[in-house]
Formats: sequence, structure tokens, C-alpha cells
Amino acid sequence: MQHEGEPERMPDRATGRAATVTFEHVTKHYDRRDRERGTAGAVNDLCLAVPAGKICVLVGPSGCGKTTSLKMVNRLIEPTSGRILLDGADAAARDVTELRRGIGYVIQQVGLFPHQTIAENVATVPRLLGWPGARCRERAEELLGLVGLDPATYATRYPVQLSGGERQRVGVARALAADPPIMLMDEPFGAVDPIVRERLQDEFLRLQESLAKTILFVTHDIDEAIKMGDLVAVLADGGILAQFGPPAEILANPASPFVARFVGSDRGLKRLSLSRVADLELLPPVTARAGDVGTDELRRALAGSFPWLLLVDELDRPVAWIARDEIRPGAPLAAAHAAPAAPLLDQRATLKDALSILLDADVHAGIVVDRTQRVLGLLTVGAIAGLLRETVRGDGREPDGTGGEGTGGLGTGLDR
Amino acid sequence: MKIQWDWIAGNLDEIAAATLDHLVLTLIAVGVGFALSLALGLAAYRWRRLYGPIAGVAGLIYTIPSLALFALLVPFTGLSVLSAEIGLVSYTLLILVRGVVSGLDGVPRDAVEAAAGMGYTARGRLARVELPLAVPVIIAALRLATVTTIGLVMVTALIGEGGLGQLMLRGFNRSFPTTIYVGVVASVALAVALDLALVGLQRLLTPWTRARAA
Repeated sequence: MQHEGEPERMPDRATGRAATVTFEHVTKHYDRRDRERGTAGAVNDLCLAVPAGKICVLVGPSGCGKTTSLKMVNRLIEPTSGRILLDGADAAARDVTELRRGIGYVIQQVGLFPHQTIAENVATVPRLLGWPGARCRERAEELLGLVGLDPATYATRYPVQLSGGERQRVGVARALAADPPIMLMDEPFGAVDPIVRERLQDEFLRLQESLAKTILFVTHDIDEAIKMGDLVAVLADGGILAQFGPPAEILANPASPFVARFVGSDRGLKRLSLSRVADLELLPPVTARAGDVGTDELRRALAGSFPWLLLVDELDRPVAWIARDEIRPGAPLAAAHAAPAAPLLDQRATLKDALSILLDADVHAGIVVDRTQRVLGLLTVGAIAGLLRETVRGDGREPDGTGGEGTGGLGTGLDR
Repeated sequence: MKIQWDWIAGNLDEIAAATLDHLVLTLIAVGVGFALSLALGLAAYRWRRLYGPIAGVAGLIYTIPSLALFALLVPFTGLSVLSAEIGLVSYTLLILVRGVVSGLDGVPRDAVEAAAGMGYTARGRLARVELPLAVPVIIAALRLATVTTIGLVMVTALIGEGGLGQLMLRGFNRSFPTTIYVGVVASVALAVALDLALVGLQRLLTPWTRARAA
């Protein structure tokens, strides 16, 4: 829609400036003043390295210091000792208001200003930075569009006139307003019902694909952590880092009984939604072309546990299933009496989706195809069950070698 | 007990002057009282420990009967506007300091935290977030203080001020009820007018309170 203004406006767009965030032996002790102010837990020698452009989720039971850790980044809470580096520069050395204006901040209760319109709320930081009024308005409208709220409808409303989900969107838009390289999100989708939460999560992940901000995200919900995080830091009581790594790794190899308990006994199932069909080794199918003649070799090849022949066309696209017993040596293989070639699975589908499709199908194997519908292999329920067993076998097992709950174990990135 | 309309018709100037006098005494008292209360209230909000003593002293003053307070002041400041205003201002403090502090206390914590987290300075946060959001409670206190003060100005007639109080005092002394009625009606009218003005001010300052969920 913009014409001549477009080129100059480019720099203020949310174009994925990002910074690294590094916690170096950060400790925050309880003291009397903290308790009076009701701020949560202590943090104990926290070391974390969050690469630029990634979502790092801090997750743990209440009082584990995850919110404290977050608030030390924008210095709403000052660490007792240790340093927090933003792009290598010590946050403590920077002017505190200037620091905060460069960090997006979203909290659970959203904290919109009830006396300001939605557009004024969104333009808060640009206004603090002294942008001219017209540019603030323009930016507010752009951001409302970005989070899926029509500016024409919402810009002039007040927060009280919005639903919970809409307010959370405005909170995200407000945090993004000055295109900060870092965002802190403290249970940003915590105050809405599960259906709205899931939609907001999906939308935010989609947004993050293009924004590529460095995001520290606090939640007490392990499912949300696994879904949102590129990296997950599991914190235990007393603000001790129990494990830090990609969600799949935490599900597959919990570093301690605490982490295993925290991620839940259904972590095998959780892992399914993180793994994709392409991650598993596929069963090579026994195939034949339509019109080929049945042979004893074919019958012998199907003598194993999976007695189905897959009929394919000349481009290797699936046509039909033929049962081993239907194959007569010398007789042409025909699709006429065969079962339809189903179900088809996209190799990018999650194992969770694949499993539910497989459980619903007559033939308990899915035909995994690529983008041109060419057969890549077969996926059986048995193969998925194998992965589940492999995960569950890890349960109750002692952490290996590194001492588990300490900070050294699974790589904080600092020792590299 | 008949109202003598011809006296009213013949003394409109005097009635208007007394009403104006009453208005000025009220505005000065509430104005100065509000300025002091804002300062005290902000101090009590910032340093919680001050709130007890401030509210205690203001409450103590409030319990002194008005007649006694004005009588106590006369030896020091004489029969003067100053004596009247010292008393009147003192009486507004309890209501207004409480109004300021509870108004600020009522500001949603999440809004204050978000403001801090986004990089408002403490002063900017007070001016742009906390005080604007405290306006409804503060104006409610101002309305109460104003109406109370209009009543108390009457009493200052006894130390030679009093605006409409003078008219009423004359009515009592000379058994001339007309001036009493005039004083009552005019002071009620004054109270209603100032109250409406404050309601109007609040509407002007807080458009968001009228926005309702769609």
C-alpha cells in the first residue's frame, strides 16, 4: 500500500535484528527486601548462552527463579553477583532506561495502560524514544496488522474493550514496537483459555520465523516450553539450572530424575510431536509395477512381518496394496481387487500426526511420499513404538557421568 | 417565618458578593490543600513509612471541632483570611492525602511494571501512567473535600470571614430568617455547581473510563 515512503521506512521494520544473551554465573539471593516486594525465587550460579535469533524457554516449578532470571535481563531485578551480557556487552554497564527501551517486554497480565488507546499503547517505546507523532501512529498501525488486529477497528479502542486474546496480541505488538533485538516474555499467553493460547502460540511462532528475535520466554508449562523453545532451560527449586538444551534432547535424555519427573511420564508421547516422519528410518517397501506378473520371488519377499506388496506407477507413485495371498505366480498383478494405496504420509508430518493417521488405517503402515508423491518408504506403528520404548527406557535411569543437576552437565555453551 | 422577597431583590449585590467571597475562600482552601496533599501523598506513596504519621496528623486535625480550631488560631493569626484558610486547608488534608495515596495504590500493578520494564523513568511513569490512572479516585476525594469545605467556610463567619456564613449569622442575630434561607440556598447552589465542574473535569481527563466492553 505504501508508495514513495517505503524505502526510508525499511529500517524501522521488524526485520530480525537479534542479539545474543549470556548469563555468566548469575546469582540472586533472597533478601528481606525481595520478600517484602513479593518477587519470586532465588537464582543460583546460572550460566546460559542464548544464540541470536532463538527462543530460549525458561521452565520450572513456581519459585524456581525463572521470572527472576528474566527480570535481571532488563534489570527490573539486579543480580547479587555474576554478569548478563547482551551481544557481549555487560547489561549492568548500560543506562537502565536506555537498556529497557531496547528490550521488548511482555508480561502475563499484559499490563496495557487502561487510559491509553490501543495505538498509544503500542507506540509507547517509540514515543519514549522521541519518534515524531505521525511515525508513532504509522508504526502502531503496522504492528497491529502484524499481530492480526485490524488497525481501523482497534487503534482507537481502549484496552477494556478488548478480549483477553486481543490484549495479549497488543502486548506483543507493543513489545515489538521499536524493533528490539531482544524480547522478554513472562508467561505471555498465560491469561487466556487453552484454545486461544494455542492459536496465539502458533501465530507467534509464525511471526518469529520472519522476526528472528532473541527471545527469553518464561512458562511453568512444559508443553508450552517444548512447543515454543528452540532451547529449553529447565530450572529446579532454588534457581539451579537442571538442564539446558533443545527440547528433543531434554525429552530423549533427561539429565536427572528431577527433569524426567518434570517433563512427565508421557514425555515419549510429547517427543512424537517434536519428531518428524523423516527422522525415522523407513521400511523399504516391496514394490511392483501395475501389469507386472506375480512371481514366487515376490511371495518370498513378502514372507516377513509385513505381507503387503505396494503397486506403483511408472513414476514410483503409489497405486494400491496387494496382499501376499492375492499374488498368483504367473498371473498379472492388477489393482482391481487390491486395497487403495493409503494412508499417504508427508515426510515432514510430525510423528504424532502420523501415528493418529496410522491407527485409523486398515493397513498398519503409512506410505511416506515426497513432494512429487514418489514413494520414499513405509512407516509402521511398530517403528513409532520403537522410538517410544527407546525414550521410556531412559526413565528412572541415573544421570550419566556429569553429575546431572549441576550447571556443567549438558553444555551451557560457556565452556565452549 | 416568611421570606421577604423584596429584601432579596434589594440586596442582590450583597448576596452576589457574599457568594463570590464564599467561592474564593473555598477555592483557595481546596487549591492549597490539594497542592499540599499531592506533595504529602506522593511522599507517602514513595516512602511508605511516612504514610502512617502523615495520615495520623491529618486525622488528628480532622477530629478537632471546627469552631475550636478557628478559635485556637485567632491568638496567632488574628481575625483574618489567613486564620480561616489555615483551618480550612487543614481540614482538606485528611480526605485529599488519602485520595492521592489510595488513587496511586489503585493503579494496576501490571501497568506499572510494564511501564518500568519498557523504560519509563520513575518520574515519567508517575506523570504518564500512575497519576493519570489515579485521577478518578483523586477527583472523588476533591469532590468530597470541596463540598465539606463549602460547609466549613460558613463557620469562619465567627472569625469575621465566611462569605454566605456572614449572611446567615446576621439572620440568626437579628431573627431575620430570609438571609438564612438565602445563605442555605446559595451555598447548596455553590456546592452543586462546583461538584458538577469537578465531574466535568473528570470526564475531560478520563475518557477511557467511559469506554465499555463492546
